[in-house]
Amino acid sequence: MSDAITAEGLVKRYGEVTALDGLSFAVPQGTVLALLGPNGAGKTTTVRVLTTLLRPDGGRATVAGCDVVGDARRLRSSIGLSGQYAAVDEHLTGAENLEMIGRLYHLGARRSKARARELLERFDLTDAADRPVKGYSGGMRRRIDLAGALVADPPVLFLDEPTTGLDPRARAALWDAISELVAAGSTLLLTTQYMEEADHLADQIMVVDHGRAIARGTADELKDQIGGNRIELTVTDAAELETARQTLARFAVGAVRTVPESLQITAPVTDGPESLRQVLGLLADAGVRVRDAGLRRPTLDDVYLTLTGHQASGTDPQAREAAR
Amino acid sequence: MNALTMPIADGWTIARRNTLKIRRSPDLLGSAIMFPIVFVLMFAYVFGSVIDVPGMSYREFLLPGIFVQAVIMSAQITGYTLTLDLQKGIFDRFRSLPMAPSGVLIGQTVSDLLMNLASLVVMAVMGLIVGWRVHTSPYEAVLGFGLLLLFAYAFSWFTAAVALALRTPESFNNIATMLSFPLMFISNAFLDSSALPTPLRVVAEWNPVSTITQAVRDLFGNTSTAMKTSDAWPLHHAIPAALLWIAVILVVFIPLATRLYKKAVSA
Repeated sequence: MSDAITAEGLVKRYGEVTALDGLSFAVPQGTVLALLGPNGAGKTTTVRVLTTLLRPDGGRATVAGCDVVGDARRLRSSIGLSGQYAAVDEHLTGAENLEMIGRLYHLGARRSKARARELLERFDLTDAADRPVKGYSGGMRRRIDLAGALVADPPVLFLDEPTTGLDPRARAALWDAISELVAAGSTLLLTTQYMEEADHLADQIMVVDHGRAIARGTADELKDQIGGNRIELTVTDAAELETARQTLARFAVGAVRTVPESLQITAPVTDGPESLRQVLGLLADAGVRVRDAGLRRPTLDDVYLTLTGHQASGTDPQAREAAR
Repeated sequence: MNALTMPIADGWTIARRNTLKIRRSPDLLGSAIMFPIVFVLMFAYVFGSVIDVPGMSYREFLLPGIFVQAVIMSAQITGYTLTLDLQKGIFDRFRSLPMAPSGVLIGQTVSDLLMNLASLVVMAVMGLIVGWRVHTSPYEAVLGFGLLLLFAYAFSWFTAAVALALRTPESFNNIATMLSFPLMFISNAFLDSSALPTPLRVVAEWNPVSTITQAVRDLFGNTSTAMKTSDAWPLHHAIPAALLWIAVILVVFIPLATRLYKKAVSA
């Protein structure tokens, strides 16, 4: 299988700031790579370089066999891009937006029109097709934007944080749409701040930090590295914190984190439900009163904490919240 | 599609988009259609009742000036909408498509030309109502409107360059107002410039707005032999001078706007 996207030692600097610091990766045809990282990690810069919006300062990259610098025009006929903010015209209706994009892909007037209707139906926007995008909800805007990326049925797709800022229902709907695309054989590069999203959609995940890859692998490989679920305990008395910590440490597959102010202890474990059952049994035997106990999936914060030893400082609170 | 037809086809697609946009933005439509109407009425009845120009009615003298002024105002829509688009992600979309990059600015200026055409029609009708007439042949009348549209198109490229250098709608509006008011008023558009004090008179004589206005007056026959004619070359040979101004504006500002566009969107 050949690679639809290749990047070798990509470098991009903005004055003093190095946005990309020698990033290299390849995305085989028909697979999905998720770039996972907080704001400012270099995810969007990577997408902008690969979609020819930005010239790299160093390194080289190809998409669908075209060089991002030397063969930009031809490259653009093979890609679809959906950005972080919906790049559609607010004053135009959904149908007019998609038709315009079709014409700019040079599909011709008739095919552009037909394709617009087809996509509106597919993304459940038929009722809103002839209303200006101005009146669309956040989820509808993302859907019309995603539809825009698909107008020419391009073999390689770039989705830059497609669900950031969406409510859980709209996010689930968008995930379904993206999963369908992937099943149909598109190559996809996706950026996200949500571990869960990467897990759900991607074949391979690359964790980026300060323009460098700090980990890569399948979701399972990454989870083995950072631990699967987290057990989170809250005790009632500060005096019991140490006992609880020691008990939890016996099951932990990584660092145990203690937050004394909130009497909270967190640790990654492998077999979540079973570990939680045993931990609670042992704590009950030891007479430790547990106020709250639960399992949760690793967040981007956990990934970062495990891989870099520091918090993902750029992560926006909303994204952190949503990933829980 | 080849290198020649693609910018035209893509420009047309963008122009269609802008035309739809303008139709749905009452504020833009208002400034292009309502302003000229208000100005015709205001100048014709307020200034017209106190200002005398020798040998002809002030309204006949005024209308070509109002035409030029309206064209300058609505050409600013090019710059304004570009700054609005810059704030959004739409240029990223355009740049990720296999379209001709020049299509964006071509489309923008062409749609504003269409809008200027509409606004000129409204004004000509208003003019006829308040007593303005064309005293030359229909052929020259057509040339007069053609010259106005050419100037409108060139001026759109100028406002595009200014907008792409400034990049925000607020700063564009401020600078555009600051530039266009002296341009319109230190000219012969509303007054007989030969009556101005010398420094202002010299500025007015060499102001491109005066040249265009004079050329349009010549073509419509809105002139009077009783009026003192200026010795300044651009007013004496207004039609070739107007064409020269238009050519210079296009030659300077098309490449400049194109370069500024590339810089503004790749930041």
